[in-house]
Amino acid sequence: MTGTGNIVARQPFPQAAKVRLADPQLRSNLRRATHTIRDKRLRVVGELPDWEALRVSGAAIKDDVLARLPDLLDQFEAAATAAGATVHWARDAEEACAVVTRLVRQTGTDEVVKIKSMATQEIGLNEALEAAGIAAVETDLAELIVQLADDQPSHILVPAIHYNRRQIRDIFAERMPGVDVSALTDEPAALAEAARRHLRAKFLSARVAISGANFAIAETGTLVVVESEGNGRMCLTLPETLISVVGIEKLLPTFGDLEVFLQLLPRSSTGERMNPYTSMWTGVSDGDGPQQMHIVLVDNGRTETRADPVGRQALRCIRCSACLNVCPVYERVGGHAYGSVYPGPIGAILSPQMTGPDAGANRTLPYASTLCGACFEACPVRIDIPEVLVHLRQRGVDAHRGRPSAERTAMGAMSWVMRDRRRYAAALRAARRGAAPLRLGGRRDHVRHLPWPLSGWTGTRDAPLPAAQTFREWWAGRGRG
Amino acid sequence: MTAREEIMRRLRAVRPIPPVTVPRGYDRGPIAAGPAPTGPAADGNAPATTTSGGTDASGTDASAPELIELLVDRLVDYRATVTHCDPAGLARALAGLLDDVPAVAVPPGLPGGWLSAYPGTVRRDGAPRPLTVTDLDEPGLAVVTGCAVAVAETGTLILDTGTDQGRRLLTLVPDHHICVVRTDQVVDRVPEALRRLADPTRPVTLVSGPSATSDIELNRVEGVHGPRRLDVLIVAG
Amino acid sequence: MRIALFVTCVNDLVFPGTGRAVVEILERLGHTVEFPAEQSCCGQMHANSGYRAEAMPLVRRFVDTFAEYEAVVAPSGSCVAMVRESYPRLAADDPGLAERVAELAPRTYELSELLVDVLGVTDLGASFPHRVTYHPTCHGLRMLRLGDRPLRLLRAVRDLELVELPGAEECCGFGGTFAVKNAGVSGAMLADKCDSVCSTGARFVAAADNSCLAHIGGGLSRRSDRPGTGGDQPGVRAVHYAEILAGTVRTPASTVGGTK
Repeated sequence: MTGTGNIVARQPFPQAAKVRLADPQLRSNLRRATHTIRDKRLRVVGELPDWEALRVSGAAIKDDVLARLPDLLDQFEAAATAAGATVHWARDAEEACAVVTRLVRQTGTDEVVKIKSMATQEIGLNEALEAAGIAAVETDLAELIVQLADDQPSHILVPAIHYNRRQIRDIFAERMPGVDVSALTDEPAALAEAARRHLRAKFLSARVAISGANFAIAETGTLVVVESEGNGRMCLTLPETLISVVGIEKLLPTFGDLEVFLQLLPRSSTGERMNPYTSMWTGVSDGDGPQQMHIVLVDNGRTETRADPVGRQALRCIRCSACLNVCPVYERVGGHAYGSVYPGPIGAILSPQMTGPDAGANRTLPYASTLCGACFEACPVRIDIPEVLVHLRQRGVDAHRGRPSAERTAMGAMSWVMRDRRRYAAALRAARRGAAPLRLGGRRDHVRHLPWPLSGWTGTRDAPLPAAQTFREWWAGRGRG
Repeated sequence: MTAREEIMRRLRAVRPIPPVTVPRGYDRGPIAAGPAPTGPAADGNAPATTTSGGTDASGTDASAPELIELLVDRLVDYRATVTHCDPAGLARALAGLLDDVPAVAVPPGLPGGWLSAYPGTVRRDGAPRPLTVTDLDEPGLAVVTGCAVAVAETGTLILDTGTDQGRRLLTLVPDHHICVVRTDQVVDRVPEALRRLADPTRPVTLVSGPSATSDIELNRVEGVHGPRRLDVLIVAG
Repeated sequence: MRIALFVTCVNDLVFPGTGRAVVEILERLGHTVEFPAEQSCCGQMHANSGYRAEAMPLVRRFVDTFAEYEAVVAPSGSCVAMVRESYPRLAADDPGLAERVAELAPRTYELSELLVDVLGVTDLGASFPHRVTYHPTCHGLRMLRLGDRPLRLLRAVRDLELVELPGAEECCGFGGTFAVKNAGVSGAMLADKCDSVCSTGARFVAAADNSCLAHIGGGLSRRSDRPGTGGDQPGVRAVHYAEILAGTVRTPASTVGGTK
């Protein structure tokens, strides 16, 4: 039951990255945006003296959820059902889309409004609805930008992070129905106003809304959506029918546990003390909000991920995107290079686990990191992303033990040489001697071109040469000095 | 096998994961055993006040001026406007805030005296009929509500559809929301605020400033789909 | 104090000057340095590339080689981080080895930790009349939490002008095999790091890891003969901070990572 949908990279990461690296505008957009949000996050995190304690608790609460997941899912389903919601289950993306499509069809409508939701992006819901003749209108500003541009989101929190204001203005001018082009400037306030006008009528007339959920409370059956613009509140309040698509790992045991996560999430994601709006609702409330409430619990590779004792910590993720914003690799290439709705460091450990390593080019994702550790430091639920990256690399190596590869041969040979003093000393001597002729013609002990496989290094930078005397040769000579 | 059965079967097939103990070392507020010391905020704001530990469920000392100061600082930071008054001056203060507003919507249980000095039209939800989206979308309309609890540290107002707050759409569709907060409703931080909610299964909305977006170059812009203007009236005592 | 030097495989072959500098510093302070010749490599490249089976013999070897010493020092933040952070994980399913790792890891120090925390010195009497900028390498910064220890050591050097590196805490893009597997991204990160280094006007960029320095130095060396790329001043040189502290950097030397 591996995961399917928009979590499969089609192109190996290094190739996909190459395309993005060639786009200087993208590089500067990303750099500016990630640095802005980094600084904000550091400021508001620094305000809380108990931040580290909150992180430790947040991690433990999610670990507890994973440990007791089947029981908590039972409890959630019972509580939500008792509160008037109907709970559905889906094994993978296809099944989740089929369930939602059927539910929308039952209402007889051909247009739905959507709250930004990673789960619906993951399962490819918009495409599935479109195929069924149902228009899905994204109401989050950035999702709207991406949808109008016929593009894919490139960030978990700010899907249009790869565009600057001028580019967004041009997208609106060209593609937003009924927009007043002459009055449209590239001021963020003017762009937000244009989106407001464009969507207002849709909100007020929509009969069906589709959401995800940031948290699902097992104890009460409550769902929680954290947002900024109010489009979420519109979708959660005005339509008659609400369908929420929720990954099974989104649970929290008790309502009280929100006291941890409502502090961790806003500060980590938008760098605010609190996001403008958070909505919590439990099933159906008489006379207030949608009277038809459906919840679709989605597995889509989460059970597979949970089965790995090291890798399962990826399921603690609360989709705050702090790891993307501090990642030097993400900052250079953007989200599209990862080929999944989950980009950046968390994507590099989540996508391949959900789909299994053999899906598309997902096996290349765990290598898309220098293991610099900035992500672990920023993660509000203490996911040790570098640990999981190394673990997944190891799983990949172990799975292909039987297959010959130049890298494995080299690694094996080096290990064999390095575990014996004589062999190792001899190898050092040989390397030193081999480099001697290069040193004669070289400049400043750097060499510009080396033959394959070392050309992988010298393609980008000069290489240092082995010294004229190894350290151990010098040490051995000291005694006789 | 149904999807539910299959997912459950697979979850239970995993080697049992050892039970996890959740440490709670963070500041849980007055009913926790001894709150963590609160240092000065990184931005040079006054440190948040923490009340002494114990089991005083009534929460924070309502008259703690630092707490109110902190709430105001946070609200202003979100571009909300803040006004102060005492109970006797509430009606006059509200009328002042509604100076150029032709009509206000109010929840069913908003105390009658609050708008006694307001000369414009008052549309009470459910009296006689529930207000519709179209009613609430009227240009220039404001909405006046109370709140369940306010969080100083984050500048958050929590609405739980109590009678002085009403249905969720009341505070959502109009462009201008005026929220009345009594100082005894102000708590220090999030944990205490959530504990104060009477019934967490009622619809709950946390409001921190006017609606906003940071979707364009991560620059915050106030006023998107929710109310563009949030006025907070803090009533002493 | 009797201190065992773990010189690391990269230093043994390519940057022996760094090992010599460590010996110089510790002997000058009156300590006895030993070099157990059985040492080779900590296994970091194997482990981080997913070759755990190939790394394990090297882990065992390291533990066997250094178990008896009261202090082990290495001029490499990432190798020490490997021993302290990764060894316990790698040894987890071998109780005997795990126990030996638990005993040895806390006694394994990066040079600045040994000098500042254990030996209690910051002023080593060195002088270095140049402008220097310091790049805190990731594993030293985020795994070992070296903090300002290397900077305190450098600030005590006479005539050394220490200038702050903009964006210092950003990874230089080396990342072991990442440098080759993802050469494009690695090169982009390197270019930004070299820009930062050149913007300081420093003659030297110092760090605690010669592998990162080889990458940064390789980038600086490549741009030094391209007019207009910020390196057409006399090349900025990458150098391990130990060589500055030991006063063994010959200027104008012609190497990256020190004298050879």
